[in-house]
Amino acid sequence: MFDYIWLVPVFPAIGVLINGLLGRRIEAINKSLIHWIACGMIALSFIVTCIIFFQLQGLPATERIYQVTCLPWINSGILQTNIAYLIDPLSMMMAMFVIGIGFLIHVYSIGYMDGDPGRYYRFFVYLNLFMFSMINLVLANNYLLMFLGWEGVGLCSYLLIGFWFDDEANAIAGKKAFITNRVGDFAFLIGMFLLFTGLGEHGVWSLQFNEVFSNVHHLSTSQATAICLLFFIGCTAKSAQIPLYVWLPDAMAGPTPVSALIHAATMVTSGVYMIARSNILYSMSPFAMGVVATVGALTALFAASIGLVQNDIKKVLAYSTVSQLGYMFLGLGVGAFTAGMFHVLTHAFFKALMFLGSGAVIHSMHHAYHKIHSHDDAQDMRNMGGLKSKTPITFWTFLVGTIAIAGIPGFSGFFSKDEILWKAFSSPQGHWLLWLIGAVAAGMTAFYMFRLLFMTFFNDCRAGDAAEHIHESPKTMTVPLIILAFLAAVGGYLGVPHALGGSNMFHHFLEPVIGLGDGKLLQDATTAVAHGAHQAVQAAGHAAHAAAGHMAEAAGGHHGAHHPPLWVEYLLMAVSVAIACFGIFVAYFMYIVKREVPVALAEKYAFVHRLLLNKWYIDELYDLVIISPLRGFSYFLWKGVDVGVVDAIVNGVARIVGWGSSAVRYMQSGYVQSYAVSVVFGTVVLLGYYFLKAL
Amino acid sequence: MNELGFPIISLVTFFPIFGVLILMFIDKDAKDTLRGTAMAFALIEFIISLPLLFSFQNGTAAMQFVERYTWVKSAGLSYFVGLDGISIWIIILTTFLTPLCVLCSWTYIEKRVKEFMICLLLLETAMLGALVSLDLILFYVFWELMLIPMYLLIGVWGGDNKIYAAVKFFLYTAAGSVFMLLSIFFLYYLNHKTTGVYTFDLLELYKLNIPVSTQFWLCLAFFVSFAIKVPMFPLHTWLPDAHVQAPTAGSVILAGVLLKMGTYGFMRFAIPLFPYASHQFTPVIAVLAVIGIIYGALVAMIQPDMKKLVAYSSVSHLGYVMLGIFAFNMQGVEGGLYQMLNHGISTGALFLIVGMIYERRHTRMIKDFGGIAKVMPIYATFFMIATLSSVAVPGTNGFVGEFMILVGAFRTFPVFAVFATSGAILGALYMLWMYQRVMFQPLDKEENKVLKDLNAREIMTLLPLAILVFVMGFFPGYFLRKMDASCEHFLKTYKKQVAMYEQGLEDTGAARLAAVLEEGKLKSTLLD
Repeated sequence: MFDYIWLVPVFPAIGVLINGLLGRRIEAINKSLIHWIACGMIALSFIVTCIIFFQLQGLPATERIYQVTCLPWINSGILQTNIAYLIDPLSMMMAMFVIGIGFLIHVYSIGYMDGDPGRYYRFFVYLNLFMFSMINLVLANNYLLMFLGWEGVGLCSYLLIGFWFDDEANAIAGKKAFITNRVGDFAFLIGMFLLFTGLGEHGVWSLQFNEVFSNVHHLSTSQATAICLLFFIGCTAKSAQIPLYVWLPDAMAGPTPVSALIHAATMVTSGVYMIARSNILYSMSPFAMGVVATVGALTALFAASIGLVQNDIKKVLAYSTVSQLGYMFLGLGVGAFTAGMFHVLTHAFFKALMFLGSGAVIHSMHHAYHKIHSHDDAQDMRNMGGLKSKTPITFWTFLVGTIAIAGIPGFSGFFSKDEILWKAFSSPQGHWLLWLIGAVAAGMTAFYMFRLLFMTFFNDCRAGDAAEHIHESPKTMTVPLIILAFLAAVGGYLGVPHALGGSNMFHHFLEPVIGLGDGKLLQDATTAVAHGAHQAVQAAGHAAHAAAGHMAEAAGGHHGAHHPPLWVEYLLMAVSVAIACFGIFVAYFMYIVKREVPVALAEKYAFVHRLLLNKWYIDELYDLVIISPLRGFSYFLWKGVDVGVVDAIVNGVARIVGWGSSAVRYMQSGYVQSYAVSVVFGTVVLLGYYFLKAL
Repeated sequence: MNELGFPIISLVTFFPIFGVLILMFIDKDAKDTLRGTAMAFALIEFIISLPLLFSFQNGTAAMQFVERYTWVKSAGLSYFVGLDGISIWIIILTTFLTPLCVLCSWTYIEKRVKEFMICLLLLETAMLGALVSLDLILFYVFWELMLIPMYLLIGVWGGDNKIYAAVKFFLYTAAGSVFMLLSIFFLYYLNHKTTGVYTFDLLELYKLNIPVSTQFWLCLAFFVSFAIKVPMFPLHTWLPDAHVQAPTAGSVILAGVLLKMGTYGFMRFAIPLFPYASHQFTPVIAVLAVIGIIYGALVAMIQPDMKKLVAYSSVSHLGYVMLGIFAFNMQGVEGGLYQMLNHGISTGALFLIVGMIYERRHTRMIKDFGGIAKVMPIYATFFMIATLSSVAVPGTNGFVGEFMILVGAFRTFPVFAVFATSGAILGALYMLWMYQRVMFQPLDKEENKVLKDLNAREIMTLLPLAILVFVMGFFPGYFLRKMDASCEHFLKTYKKQVAMYEQGLEDTGAARLAAVLEEGKLKSTLLD
């Protein structure tokens, strides 16, 4: 019944083709046609997705899984992979918000990219291509097609970071993003190979999710751990976790809508999606889960620490994104897959909002500077201030986003972040230390976000002569802001926890996919139950699903007997809110009340400040340890081995032959090639003759 | 005679010779007439080669469109040609690339146009002949014949250091061929000793059971010859010089088809003739292939010359092909074959692209460029597509080949495959770094600011390749299904033979093979 699912990725692809092939001509005729085509295709795609989504909603929960095979892809011998799509609650949830937010950002780009020196059509081609890849990533029903999307979004990210390529820094940032992601993809590939060979013995050659998950019990724990860890390395690149997060802050070189869409809301969360999708696989390996949780928690803290002192408005948001992604992985790692996905959703709302908001600020600043022919940095918060009254819509919407990310009760970020923190503490794989790290990072988040808010929108404007030229952005930009602000405010009510009297709709919606994995290690269950989980995934066996659901309920559900009592949950909630409020208060004190404090602090603790400002010198470390030696080694291979050894031998032999033949060189005049031919043939004939004779 | 009742292979093989004859009678100063004629012949050649593709039977591993005439009966020489799933696509690739080579030389070659076009068409015949020959001597004749036009292309129309490069190319390859020829004669003799028949018929010689120790040396001779052609590390140093000095068309043909002669040679001759020795050599070849992948990529990374960079990337890409073939399973072998085509397309495109900028600026040094995308957006797009194909981004042809090869390799030698996969990182590194320095960054050199974007002819040269990149990336099935039967047959024969030798059955032969096959071990290895 969902056979038309292929329309969803095909619409953006059509946009790519039309604008890509004819964009220059179309732009010459009528520039607005370009964005009508680009936005229109995404709108069509969104409509189809909505139809499928609501059709799916109309089905009983156990039947909400469909697979549609569109095209055979790479088939060779036993390897059988298809271009095929999966429709289930998880993929549809991702598709809905990816395409929805994608559409808003397409519309926003119309205003933002207007009058840009770069080619207008090129921008929309890349953006559509990104949507195509991202849709493939979330709708794929096998790892290989997912990988197509996975690398495709990386490619678009590369192209868009380097969109203003005449600045060398942008070009380098783009390349860095691609290469870093390639390192992750390398691990992803090896993971797929292991999965392929590991399950191949049991006749699973398709890399298809349902076949893989229903056969994971054939894998040994060490195999599963290896695969999970390799996939996770892929995630650390794509979703910017330690140690491969380094590309994301630099990626802010791209146009701001790109930062919002790709580097905050959608692409960078695909790692989270991948692990949530593979929850059954991950449930087999407690060790891998532990690694995911630890890396996530550490990244959350580490990135937040860097975010404390950055002055570039987008850099702050970038580190904030890294940090928030860390939360998501923390959630996944403690088995709270739904909570992780929930944070993906709410984060997409408020972070897209804030990036677009920062884009509106930069846009206004840039235009103001442009007016007075100033080349000051339009992204440096030290040049801003007092924008509250000049750009009111941007301010109010930004405020909503800031409150949401800070974790103030009632806004979306609170619900999702709190659920993760609670699970980090309470789930069987959790630990109080993980909770503590998360809570401290939450305090830092509240601090640096409000620092950003205060520096940008409050106090007096520090833009000098440009101040009077700062105006609000056009409607195409502010309307998406308002919509996203609304979502950032209320999005959290999709998943109000039971402890607060909610029904956690979100959790129940994803249950058919994450039924068993959530909060429950598959390893503890018997193989029979593992098989049951597969049945649940396939929505084939109601009974098995019920059994799986029961297991999940008993072990990881909200009414579990061995869980800490309810008052603990309330207490932790109160503590994390208090920490956030404290962060906000400190920011208020330092950036509104006593504005000389930050400078004094920076001078007093100069070393720490410099360390944080320079991002712990990680980039420099990588350069010193990996990049420079590699380059030196390559140079040695070229000049030392290739020229120095191999060619030296070859030329040496040639020279010896040359001396020998110089004696006979006057015997005949002619072309070099005839010499060579006669020499070769003569040798052959003679040698051959003696050879045959000797036998 | 064959399926079409018509000597189609001979027609396709020798049709370019008609072109050569016609060109001979055209005035050497009528350059456009010469170009037009050569183009017409190359295009017609491509069109008449298409029936081979359309009438090709997917389901059989047998040789198709076979033609066989006795040549020298007493010596067992015959004109014996045919093709199968292993050679069909390389043949089409050859006829497909030649018109593009004529097109890209339109203004690039201004001196001795007549001789240039004659060389190009002659080379086409030689390459096709080598690809369809099923008689060892016939093959050897074509194999050597390829050298001469290629040698001239480099030596006459090449760059500053053309003589060095041309001689190096010639001697390297000729040196390898000597061993092969010796080995061919020995095989001929051995066959007579065993069966009492003098023949160079490849299919007959396949059946020969050669003692293990003899096989080793014969195989080594073939391997060296083909490995030079591929080229495999450490026999690759002729390649960068040849590529850098060759004119664009020469580089395209060299990368697109000539290198494939090496890998094709392994699949058509060396491995089926000497299965057990090939089996023994497998670890060596695999190690060299992996070294080649990484070594080629690393050396490519630091090249200051765009063309040399692409040349070293060939060493890396061909390493993948070898690794795939020697994985000896369906994914590896088909992936290897597929990668041969991919390499012809992506590297061919890259050489064309480098040639186009060279024609404008008369330099290929990366440092002389920067910001070219600003003045040449169409060029930038084609360059990007070729780059993506070369670094194997999913959705392009490169990914399909590389993925299959790596899957195949991982099944046979996981550790090597992991190292080989790291080539994917390095590949992205050197290609994107080059792209960044050439196409991106500030447009700061005066000479570059006035560069003209591609003209219609140049777009027509690159467009077919760009389309194929995506067609082969999303619809590999059409290409792979034609290879299936032959690859399966190739693997089955190889595995049976290896099993037979391992059981020490070389004397009693196939009689007891059935018994061996019954044993579960072999059965499971036949699962591909």
